[in-house]
Amino acid sequence: MKEFGYQRALDVPGAVALLGADPEARCLGGGTNLVDLMKAGVERPGLLIDVRELPLDGIEFTEDGGLRIGATVTNSDLAAHPDVRRRYPALAQAVLAGASGQLRNMATVGGNLLQRTRCGYFTNLARPCNKRVPGSGCPAIEGEHHNHAILGASAHCVAVHPSDMAVALAAFDAVVHYETADGPGELPFAEFYLPVGDTPHQETALPAGALITGISLPPLPVAASSRYRKVRERASYAFAIGSVAAALDVRDGVVRDVRLALGAVASRPWRALAAERVLIGKPAGADAFAAAADAELAAAEALPHNGYKVTLMRNLIVAQLTELAEETAR
Amino acid sequence: MTTTTTEATAVRKAVGTAHTRVEGLAKVTGAARYAGEIPFAELAHGWLVVSTIARGRIRSVESGPVLAMPGVLTVLHHGNAPRVDTDYVGMLGVPPDPTCAVFQHDRVPSLGWPVALVVAETSEQAREAAEALVVHYDQEPHDIDFAGGHPDAYPLDGHLPAVAEKGDLEAELTASAVVLDAEYTTPEEHHNPMEPHAATARWDGGRLEVVDSNQGATWVVGELAKLFSLDPSAVRVRSEHVGGGFGSKGVRAHQVAAVMAATVLQRPVRVVLTRRQMFSLAGYRSPTSQRVRLGADADGRLRALEHRALSLTSTVHEFIEPSAAVARVMYDADAHHTTNTVVRLDVPTPTFMRAPGEAPGSFALEAALDELAEKCGIDPIELRLRNEPEQGPVSGLPFSSRNLRACFEEGARRFGWADRDPRPGLRRDGRWLLGTGTAAASFGAGAAPSTAVLTAEADGTFTVRIAAADIGTGARTALTLVAADALEVPPERIRVRIGDSDFGPAMIAGGSMGTRSWSWAVMAAAKELRERLALGADLPPEGITVRSDTTAAIGALAQKERHSFGAQFAEVAVDVATGEVRVRRMLGVFAAGRIVNPLTARNQFVGGMIWGISMALHEEAARDRASGGHVGADLAGYHVATHADVPLVEADWVDDPDPDDPVGIKGIGEIGIVGAAAAVANAVWHATGVRHRHLPIRPDRVLQAGTGRGSVGERDAGHRR
Repeated sequence: MKEFGYQRALDVPGAVALLGADPEARCLGGGTNLVDLMKAGVERPGLLIDVRELPLDGIEFTEDGGLRIGATVTNSDLAAHPDVRRRYPALAQAVLAGASGQLRNMATVGGNLLQRTRCGYFTNLARPCNKRVPGSGCPAIEGEHHNHAILGASAHCVAVHPSDMAVALAAFDAVVHYETADGPGELPFAEFYLPVGDTPHQETALPAGALITGISLPPLPVAASSRYRKVRERASYAFAIGSVAAALDVRDGVVRDVRLALGAVASRPWRALAAERVLIGKPAGADAFAAAADAELAAAEALPHNGYKVTLMRNLIVAQLTELAEETAR
Repeated sequence: MTTTTTEATAVRKAVGTAHTRVEGLAKVTGAARYAGEIPFAELAHGWLVVSTIARGRIRSVESGPVLAMPGVLTVLHHGNAPRVDTDYVGMLGVPPDPTCAVFQHDRVPSLGWPVALVVAETSEQAREAAEALVVHYDQEPHDIDFAGGHPDAYPLDGHLPAVAEKGDLEAELTASAVVLDAEYTTPEEHHNPMEPHAATARWDGGRLEVVDSNQGATWVVGELAKLFSLDPSAVRVRSEHVGGGFGSKGVRAHQVAAVMAATVLQRPVRVVLTRRQMFSLAGYRSPTSQRVRLGADADGRLRALEHRALSLTSTVHEFIEPSAAVARVMYDADAHHTTNTVVRLDVPTPTFMRAPGEAPGSFALEAALDELAEKCGIDPIELRLRNEPEQGPVSGLPFSSRNLRACFEEGARRFGWADRDPRPGLRRDGRWLLGTGTAAASFGAGAAPSTAVLTAEADGTFTVRIAAADIGTGARTALTLVAADALEVPPERIRVRIGDSDFGPAMIAGGSMGTRSWSWAVMAAAKELRERLALGADLPPEGITVRSDTTAAIGALAQKERHSFGAQFAEVAVDVATGEVRVRRMLGVFAAGRIVNPLTARNQFVGGMIWGISMALHEEAARDRASGGHVGADLAGYHVATHADVPLVEADWVDDPDPDDPVGIKGIGEIGIVGAAAAVANAVWHATGVRHRHLPIRPDRVLQAGTGRGSVGERDAGHRR
């Protein structure tokens, strides 16, 4: 493999300076995805900037009563944090649904946001991939795509985003904070991941040379009644074939508030706004839940071998909302 | 010094009591060294470059720029590599797979075919240069499409005859009250041992020494000697610890390439396969398409049994997965037709993989029996017992022992089978539908000639030397116990050394024949040594050494049907809204001769059964039609069961004595997987009412099938492309 440099950043300005000096440099958090990609030759950085020692490993309340999660907080620490578990349970559940205990001990929040698709063509240098080599083509569309996108894909790329954590963050309107040489910035989650279009290699709206410093979650009462459910072909240590993060507030039998995001269906965590719009103010029940799922999935476009995902997501949305409604009714 | 050790009385039998692995501490502390991590002075590192096309010719290998890269020592390819001889028949009675005879010509017969070896001072330099090496090809259209009824399929003998037929099949089917005709498929599956294939080759005083990870030092010595036209005594292969083999660790491209490079450079060279390279260079289990036709009287007695199996092989070597042969042992019928066929495609050569033939064959046959039981309205266990043969259904030979009935009776009792409602789709636990299933298992109990060297040391201990391989099975420990009992001394006084071809020829760890064959040789040597020691002479300082050879004894063995048997049980939970299938518990009860070490034996059985879970629900290598290669050829893309998928798996055994057998030990390495996938699939039917005839039973298949009576297959019958 390619020889690379390694430098440990001790503070945020130092890390930003290193990043700014070398456009090919990559930040090393847990390395749970980056190192794999380096072994596969997909990533070939000349310099790794180890950011694990940065003072970004805290989880704190924000002034408005939300939570601020540092970029180097590990998945394990995030999932175990009492305030996360109590106020945003779907987030803790999503993180725990991902990877394995060993990987969660290493992986960081910032790295989790930036992990790359597990599409088998993306990691195979012998095959074309528009995400890896823009303009080279997408063999998944005609090839192996059992676990590819049904929403928001394009003729250029049908890969899905692998993160579980990001699905819960999408449901909760998280904000991504970053630092550049020009100072701090932030991106609402809905704008953080870019649509695929004809530029699948451009995955986020982060400016060049930006270092993710953390995520903030708004105070969101409905999030206390939230669940994450992940479907996969084996019980652990597998990426989702479909997942749902849902939060529901039902009073007097009527949906007062709802958050819904879907995983493993698109190039980014998919906020199900159409479904949410259908649900608000409706009687909580099978009819509304099915109508919401149908509203969201009306735009679904299946490939020859991933049509099952439309059925799966419909079933999953209904099941998840039903379960939440039963819980909140108690 | 005189010895009285062998006269010790009342020594507790070691065989049959649980012993932890004698090398366990070394393994868990990292002291045990594996082939890829043993240090050598002046070691150079080779990295294989494999083809990116599935068929064609190499036009050029652009070595120049790569030779200028840091640390690069040489680039071997078809234009400059030493020549090897492939015109021979090896220890297993077959010619070599030309895939291991690397760099001999410019033809590329499959994707992932070795085209060059880059050797450098460090592994990282070799890899970087190998990945930078430009190879130009003249590509030709390839064909990797495997499907039942392929027009180019032909019958092929492997280690079993292709065809066995008796009786008039069509007449018996016509006369049958109940007929089942169904097609089953299994996908391409890969061994994926934890330890990747690795070899270090060096010339040492005119001898070629290879430190390797393999299933038989004798086997690999023989192949390397033939390939490089060397006297076998001029080759030594050592393989002390092996991190799994499952059939994939014979002679492969990496050993041959390492020997070539060590010869050219005259220094030690190590070649290690990557996980991805293992998908094209280590062999695999062919996908299968199987048609089973059963005809029975109303009471379930079989009148007709037909099993036709198709597998694939490469265009360079014939290998067949003999899936249809399992019926020749399991069930009799008035008309009994079994045929194994193969089709040659532009893919790598498949090979033996845990229970070759029996694993996929038992899925089809035992699922078909379950379907027949449903059609007849007979309990699936009762149906099998009604069709228990008195003698080999095809051979007519007597069984050495056949205790399948005892396995079912004990298994049914422990699993709670008597309380089972046979109707499908009735049991629910929240979102999960529950079901139970069963299947029968068998695997041959063969033996092959081996030699062992046994020394009574002057200090009262004993040393066993045998070219056995412990590929994780616990063979080293089993042989320690066998030697202890044969010498009537405690196991602590036995030292077993294995994995070295200099110890003399011995059977491989394969075919579930290793421990049986090696134990035989150890027992024979011990018998002779005890006779020598009984004479009471003083032990010289170098001890007394005897050597055994079981060739004649094995040749004298009466011809019988010799097999292990077993009964598999599974309970599954299925969520038809998401397609998730989870196994809740499994039980396997086996009749497998004398159990040497209950601890490692249970490990073997349970390991096989867990593999059966993987086979039923997870394993599938996806091939991309456009390129002819794999998509996701790694353990993130190729799934096996995780701990969370294996909640409660129990294995046990019943007495299975054979007083006429000199060793009484049968193989247990493979039977654990046999029937396991069928038991899971049959349980999925019992849960949902849907027959899933195509493995793995993926969520998309379950989701699309839903519930209700019927079967899956029309819409998504084939394999993932």
